[in-house]
Amino acid sequence: MLREGQIRIPSGCAVAGVIDRLGRRFSGEVIIRSIAAMRDRSNGLGGGFAAYGIYPHYSQWYALHIFYDHHGAKVDCEQYLKQHFEIADQSPIPTRHMQEITDSPLIWRYFVNPIPARLYRCGMDQREYVARSVLAVNRQIDGAYVFSSGKNMGIFKGVGYPEDIARFYRLEEYEGYCFTAHGRYPTNTPGWWGGAHPFGLLDYSVVHNGEISSYDTNRRTIEMYGYSCTLQTDTEVIAYIVDYLHRAKGLTFDEIAQVLAPPFWQAIEEMPPEKRECAAYLRSTFASLLVNGPFSIIVGFSGGLLALNDRLKLRSMVVGEKGDVVYFASEEAAIRVVEPEPDRVWAPKGGEPVIVAQAGGTER
Amino acid sequence: MNLIYPEFEVARNTERCTKCGICVKQCPNGVHALKVDPTTGEQKLAADDSRCVDCQRCVVFCPVRALKIVKSGNVYRENAYWAQKTINEIHLQAEHSGVLLSSMGSPEPYPVYFDRILLNASQVTNPPIDPLREPMETRVSLGAKPKTIERDPAGRIVNNLGPQIELSLPVMFSAMSYGSISLNAHESLARAAEELGIMYNAGEGGLHESLYKYGRNTIVQVASGRFGVHPDYLNCGAAIEIKMGQGAKPGIGGHLPGTKIGADISRTRMIPEGTDAISPAPHHDIYSIEDLRQLVFSLKEATDYQKPVIVKIAAVHNAAAIASGIARSGADIIAIDGFRGGTGAAPTRIRDHVGIPIELALASVDQRLREEGIRDSVSLVVGGGIRSSADVVKAVALGADSVYIGTAALVALGCRLCRNCHAGRCAWGIATQDPELVKRLNPNTGYKRLVNLVRGWQHEIQEMMGGMGINAIESLRGNRLMLRGIGLNERELEILGIKHAGE
Repeated sequence: MLREGQIRIPSGCAVAGVIDRLGRRFSGEVIIRSIAAMRDRSNGLGGGFAAYGIYPHYSQWYALHIFYDHHGAKVDCEQYLKQHFEIADQSPIPTRHMQEITDSPLIWRYFVNPIPARLYRCGMDQREYVARSVLAVNRQIDGAYVFSSGKNMGIFKGVGYPEDIARFYRLEEYEGYCFTAHGRYPTNTPGWWGGAHPFGLLDYSVVHNGEISSYDTNRRTIEMYGYSCTLQTDTEVIAYIVDYLHRAKGLTFDEIAQVLAPPFWQAIEEMPPEKRECAAYLRSTFASLLVNGPFSIIVGFSGGLLALNDRLKLRSMVVGEKGDVVYFASEEAAIRVVEPEPDRVWAPKGGEPVIVAQAGGTER
Repeated sequence: MNLIYPEFEVARNTERCTKCGICVKQCPNGVHALKVDPTTGEQKLAADDSRCVDCQRCVVFCPVRALKIVKSGNVYRENAYWAQKTINEIHLQAEHSGVLLSSMGSPEPYPVYFDRILLNASQVTNPPIDPLREPMETRVSLGAKPKTIERDPAGRIVNNLGPQIELSLPVMFSAMSYGSISLNAHESLARAAEELGIMYNAGEGGLHESLYKYGRNTIVQVASGRFGVHPDYLNCGAAIEIKMGQGAKPGIGGHLPGTKIGADISRTRMIPEGTDAISPAPHHDIYSIEDLRQLVFSLKEATDYQKPVIVKIAAVHNAAAIASGIARSGADIIAIDGFRGGTGAAPTRIRDHVGIPIELALASVDQRLREEGIRDSVSLVVGGGIRSSADVVKAVALGADSVYIGTAALVALGCRLCRNCHAGRCAWGIATQDPELVKRLNPNTGYKRLVNLVRGWQHEIQEMMGGMGINAIESLRGNRLMLRGIGLNERELEILGIKHAGE
């Protein structure tokens, strides 16, 4: 049978997120309990987490989390890394033996920075260099897969129910200011760890519930700009779109939301002139990056979160607020289980982004 | 003596026929005649089958349905290699010499790729969307998209989007000149385009002064004959199209005989009355791609960079490389015309043997522009064989921004595809300049029929999009995962960039 990346596999899912606006760090326990409440939205074939603010001691280093299918892949990949990066630290990611989690690959973590002379020679900025290196490893080195590559953040994912994956990675031992989570319900049995969510590039991470009908339009467009969609998943293509629009095009997250889920033309016509011009501009210019079909996504970035539904709200997404902590989940129950008395709970409308960014975050 | 037995036979049901004589008046070719039998003195309707072109005018207008046109049924001795048609064509050329002429798109049985492609629909994991309950957007804008985002000092995005064409759905009426078709046909197209919020293309014969008021919905054309091209003409339209080629006759020009150049056409085309209007095969100021660039920018200069420029080419073998060159030559839109495209007259051998199907040309051009990373700097319009809304959806999913329809629009106006436009005696008032025949096409009803057709297609497009879970047509563009081939070989699938059904 073809595995993920060789064939496109649709799936349904659960998503959750939590962020402290003031940047205070808290244990991964919160997000584990939240996503566990939605166990029946997953089927044990994929779970994962993105955690921000977890590597304060290495906050100026890119944390690469890598899956290796076999030892040979590790040898090849480390050779590549040594050629391109200074490595401050490398070690297996600590895991816990669990009955529920089987067939795990080798899972390693590297804290790296580009070799300055090499970076200078190729004339790219640092983030472009890292992003291209990650894409190159994933495309070229058989059996090696970089699944997390941001600074002071990390993705932890695998095949299993999300709460089991969390215990496997000992996520409760990490402290961060923001977490997202995903439980997967694929319609096929890929059994490959790289296929789980979140999907990330640099510090951008995406968890996603839905099946986008614009996939091939989006994929063929983003691949023009140097990305290659090796996984054939919606989440991968959305992550690349976010990276492209934010990093390469310099759009704000509010503008990115307008590209992914633009207002209907009729609504644009009714806007005041200046707003209308901007909305029409974004929609015409980035028409092929409109993400169509049902989705609810939570995009993580340094210092913030963006939550967004498709324009018709064909997938659920609830937001809750308690003081300076904001919760996101596919179901309200997953918020109430960790915060029984939120100040406010609401379901954002289709196409209406919820952006939480702390001061000093990436958001302009 | 005519050496060729008539192709059609007029079958008249004499029991139904009331001898009203309508068929006599309706036939522009003099097939029917009311005759008196010299012995009985009785009136009788006779038919000269040899003049019949099967335009169906008499059939439709016979009030008692007494008429049918049938294949004459006379057969030559069977031969798998020498078809009857081939033999007849040799007789024709042996008799008259010269080039065999034909009209409209090739009727030959080449593969039709649209008919070998099937569409997807959502089930379970992704809900279909009901266009009657939810917004279903078919609007598109054609033109180059900016490469960089610019901001003013306050951080607001600066609108650096070049000139665009806005369409309520990705369908436009393709270029048909005044001369090749009648003024009433032109007016019908112009008014329909205005009502539908789309474009019609005036073709290469200039623009009649009465149609300038539809300029916002008009694409004006500049072809190798440069007929009717002047500053007001260029500035009147919403876009300017440079016609480099035509799908029905790639590599050759055009010829409108002097008999069709009456006072009105003479004025519109800016040529003397009664002279032949000859469009040369090449533009004599364009012998290569760098020359094209100069014409593109000359036209932009003449219109103050306010109009997108379209470059139209015929679908030929190396269309992908040519399109890539055009995309780098300042064009905002590339139009590709497939070999099924119609024409008012073309040499038969050219029409039936030169060029390639639009589906293949489109797929390879779209893919090539993406591989070169320049797909967003140009829009892609395809024509030449679009027959239905399903063809539109498939073309968009293969990568088109919009389609051009010509033949389908003429059929909506009454055309039965008898393929005798070059004779200039169109019974439906479309491909003729005979005032008596032109009158038969009333623009008031003509434009409504076009509006009906396109609105009908729009509903169908929305239904198909909804089924696929897509509510904005931009998400269908180039979405080849929505397509599957049926009965195609590996190579064909590879060129089309689609999987086979069942995969």
